[in-house]
Amino acid sequence: MAVPNFETTIGLEVHVELKTNSKAMSPSPVQYGSKPNANTNVIDWGYPGVLPQANKGAIEYGMMASLALNADITRDLHWDRKNYFYPDNPKAYQITQQQQPIGRHGWLEIEFEGQKKRVGITELHVEEDAGKNTHGTDGYSYVDLNRQGTPLIEIVGAPDISSPDEAYAYLEALRQAIQFTGISDVKMEEGSMRVDANISIRPVGSSEYGTKVELKNLNSFNYVRKALAFEENRHAKIYMSGGTIKQQTRRFDEATGETVLMRVKETADDYRYFPEPDLTPIHVTDDWIDEVKAKLPETAKARKARYVDELGLEVYDSEVLTQTLAMANFFDETVSFGADPKRTANYLMGDVNAFLNEQQADLEETPLTPAHLADMIKLIDDGTISTKMAKKVFKAITKGDDPVEFVEKNGLKQLSDPAVLTPMIDEVLDNNEQSIIDFHNGKDRAVGFLVGQIMKQTKGSANPAVVNKLLMAGLQARKPE
Amino acid sequence: MDFLHTDIEKLHEQLVNKEITSVDLVKETLANIEQTDAKYDAFLATMSEKALAEAAAIDEAGIDPDNVLSGIPYGIKDNLITKDVTTTAASKILQDFKPIYDATVVSRLREQGAVGVGKLNMDEFAMGSTTETSYYKQTKNAWDQTKVPGGSSGGSAVSVAAGQVPFALGTDTGGSIRQPAAFNGIVGMKPTYGRVSRWGVIAFASSLDQVGVFTRRVKDNATVLAAMAGHDDNDQTSSDQAVPDFAAHLDGDIAGLKIAVPTEYFAAGVDEGVKATVRAGIDKLRELGATVDEVSLPHTKYGVAAYYILASAEASSNLQRFDGIRYSTRPENVKSLEDLYVQTRTQGFGDEVKRRIMLGTYSLSAGSYDAFFKKAAQVRTLMNDDFQKVFADYDLIAAPTAPNVAYDFGANQDDPEVTYMNDVLTIPVNMAGLPGMSVPAGFVDGLPVGMQLIANRYQEETIYRAAYAYEQATRLFEKVPGGKD
Amino acid sequence: MANEQITREEVEHVASLAKLALTDAEADMFTDHLGKIFDIVTTLAEVDTENVKPTYSVTEMQTVLRDDVAVNAQQSEALLNNAPEHQGTLIKVPAILNGGAEG
Repeated sequence: MAVPNFETTIGLEVHVELKTNSKAMSPSPVQYGSKPNANTNVIDWGYPGVLPQANKGAIEYGMMASLALNADITRDLHWDRKNYFYPDNPKAYQITQQQQPIGRHGWLEIEFEGQKKRVGITELHVEEDAGKNTHGTDGYSYVDLNRQGTPLIEIVGAPDISSPDEAYAYLEALRQAIQFTGISDVKMEEGSMRVDANISIRPVGSSEYGTKVELKNLNSFNYVRKALAFEENRHAKIYMSGGTIKQQTRRFDEATGETVLMRVKETADDYRYFPEPDLTPIHVTDDWIDEVKAKLPETAKARKARYVDELGLEVYDSEVLTQTLAMANFFDETVSFGADPKRTANYLMGDVNAFLNEQQADLEETPLTPAHLADMIKLIDDGTISTKMAKKVFKAITKGDDPVEFVEKNGLKQLSDPAVLTPMIDEVLDNNEQSIIDFHNGKDRAVGFLVGQIMKQTKGSANPAVVNKLLMAGLQARKPE
Repeated sequence: MDFLHTDIEKLHEQLVNKEITSVDLVKETLANIEQTDAKYDAFLATMSEKALAEAAAIDEAGIDPDNVLSGIPYGIKDNLITKDVTTTAASKILQDFKPIYDATVVSRLREQGAVGVGKLNMDEFAMGSTTETSYYKQTKNAWDQTKVPGGSSGGSAVSVAAGQVPFALGTDTGGSIRQPAAFNGIVGMKPTYGRVSRWGVIAFASSLDQVGVFTRRVKDNATVLAAMAGHDDNDQTSSDQAVPDFAAHLDGDIAGLKIAVPTEYFAAGVDEGVKATVRAGIDKLRELGATVDEVSLPHTKYGVAAYYILASAEASSNLQRFDGIRYSTRPENVKSLEDLYVQTRTQGFGDEVKRRIMLGTYSLSAGSYDAFFKKAAQVRTLMNDDFQKVFADYDLIAAPTAPNVAYDFGANQDDPEVTYMNDVLTIPVNMAGLPGMSVPAGFVDGLPVGMQLIANRYQEETIYRAAYAYEQATRLFEKVPGGKD
Repeated sequence: MANEQITREEVEHVASLAKLALTDAEADMFTDHLGKIFDIVTTLAEVDTENVKPTYSVTEMQTVLRDDVAVNAQQSEALLNNAPEHQGTLIKVPAILNGGAEG
């Protein structure tokens, strides 16, 4: 998809909101969906006389992200102030880590078109999120400070990405790596993951980078890819017609699929960074890193290996199951309740995924539970229900019903008792002499017909395996002379 | 009540013996302020309702005989946050600001039973050394009302020197407690940086600000500081060092104390009368058994430059929150968000504050950071090193507090650099985070002179011991303003 | 260290960064005052600070951090009542136009 004769350079800056209990610099709760300003205190409002109170959890989550992204953890940290006026920034400075980011020199492996590639991560900063402004049509804007001070990690990627598709792959990989640490939901649609992109192109072989353009308002991975592709082409057209690119910020217009100029940067912003005098420096010891490492959940990579090596799943299946932490956790839990791993994997990748797509829902939002899925799978495995009956049971457990109770209540139990089945089979055989003759003449079709008749008699509740076995015995017994 | 001749210990005795109730004490204090403040303009506001309610509660519970501060009234510099009591930092920009929480120092003193009776005038946001930059009023020197009270804690110093309150709180960023204490002939202590919580202190320069105490007597000062010092979870920079009972070992014995006298603190620019008075004070310390040597603090003269860069840089950032959005009042008829910012700040800040905001903003700007902010922070390191070399061999540094005595109003109006140079002897202590006190040392032309005592970090006890011995030997506290007694 | 004094343009620039408006007379006055302060400040150039670590804070406290425990101070009503303008539980401000100094 690259533009002929040009090569593309992309760097992504990703902000990830952390799921700590309290804010980065105040004890106010980190909570979504509350009434505006309900989760705020004098610190969040930047009251005169208040001081920030740095959250240990935010630093530890920063360490976890650094570990997950193979970055070196900085041992001597301090906070810095980034100064700018904005209504959602009450102190008019953001507390961040400009000089000593928590992590440096990380990398992430991405796989694209069968090729593996390492994309560098320059640094990771822990910092405060801003509040939220909404714009009225009445000449006013409105400020909600609930989000103000929520800890963020800014992940500054190296300009190692050379196509919009690679950018997409990087974001997928990044989301997975962060999600499996459990420190963030990393959901673009909820704003817990936000992406800004820098892109430039240059003629193949040129030693100097082209002028960089910054892209904002990228609300999904797909839009990131589309916006970058649009920019790639726009730059190429301008260069080929002899034009120049001005350093600028553009936003992606979802309706048109095009990027639109926001502002041209004449001079660099002057944020007047300086070390935050209201907080102490932080020293990170080996012991502390070990402690944090011990708290870190199993990575996606480790889980994949375990699924293949210990549970005997196919590599492909292990990859599908580890696409999201919710799916992998659901799988592990279901198996821990005693369900067969292969059958669990098949259900999750088949019926469960189809159900989620149909509902447009996330796994954790549905009434489906690992315990119920495990019980249903066990009912199949012990022959209580058929896979066909299981379709009905599955529908019930997606609504939160208990599978054992549901089967009981609806009489879905499979008929497996030979004492009940044998007379029925005998009756069918008695009424179908011709089929017995056909069978003994080698016409296998006759078996299918006979099974069908038995199923009809039992209204489909007969256990096919048992029926088969008893039918064969009956047929053998009635071999014509 | 005569606070000029009655120390806190004595007041406590009277309260315990029920010679007076806390309510009556507070009532008398408020009445006296009402009566005398037309002369001094030390108070921005009194808090009568709250104070009387607190005093009544203390009377009802009974004066705690083990707690010297139980039922004792005091004054609060107006950059210390007081719940439900308008707190302005003497700035127009906070004229309607009613805080919804208390500064840690205020709540700790309340726990000890001390009763805040009013908010004291100061230089706007503590920027100044004469209290002239207050938006509201001009506080007058307790000894001569044609002279400045010093600053920025001018109201606090005058309220104690004039006997309006037994003690008052101030803040000291570059000398704002010690210099007005010197100008008004009282004891002013700036503790070690980190000794006292800054939670609820309207920040001027976060790495330099520290709350401290004004009293007429050394022991009272030690008592109050001990009551409010110590780590506070709300201020992560506050120290977790144990707080000694500063008032416990004041016995007047300073035999063997090793005192250093820095040559640079007696350089040109320091008034000859002040020099002579402080030299005499140091001789007195020697008579009391201390040894005295001359030492050098070679980077002293760069302190003012480095301080003004660092303090202004931090202030420029600290004062950005005053944007008219979340508290206090908004100007009328603002046309846009930008207009709201600019009008709020342009109308709300006085010239001195604007000057420092601009200097600070410039110092942090991309093109000047290294040459200004970083350079000043490096000089700060050298100043710290100077002190540490001296404290390797000495217990205490003795020097003048200010280069001169209180001067006329308006003297340095158009020469900020002259005013700034007035802080040359107090700034180094803040730069190094050391404890420093001004103790009355005598008079020049009828105006008080302060002697500054400086110790190493967390060695407030050494200062109190020496100051107490000196005070007992000189009994300068017996001289009070206005009276010929 | 810059040896020349601060220019009027620089004063106007820092004033705009600090959201302060200056009249012509004020711009002249502050240029004059800041120039005088620069006379003091520029003496720092004399000090050899090669390899000297800067001191930004004198607290000896280190790694002071709050445990990640949420406490809702239940202050939002008092905070909103203190705001010059609010609507419902939102703080009201004049419209934010594009090109704001978003960080």
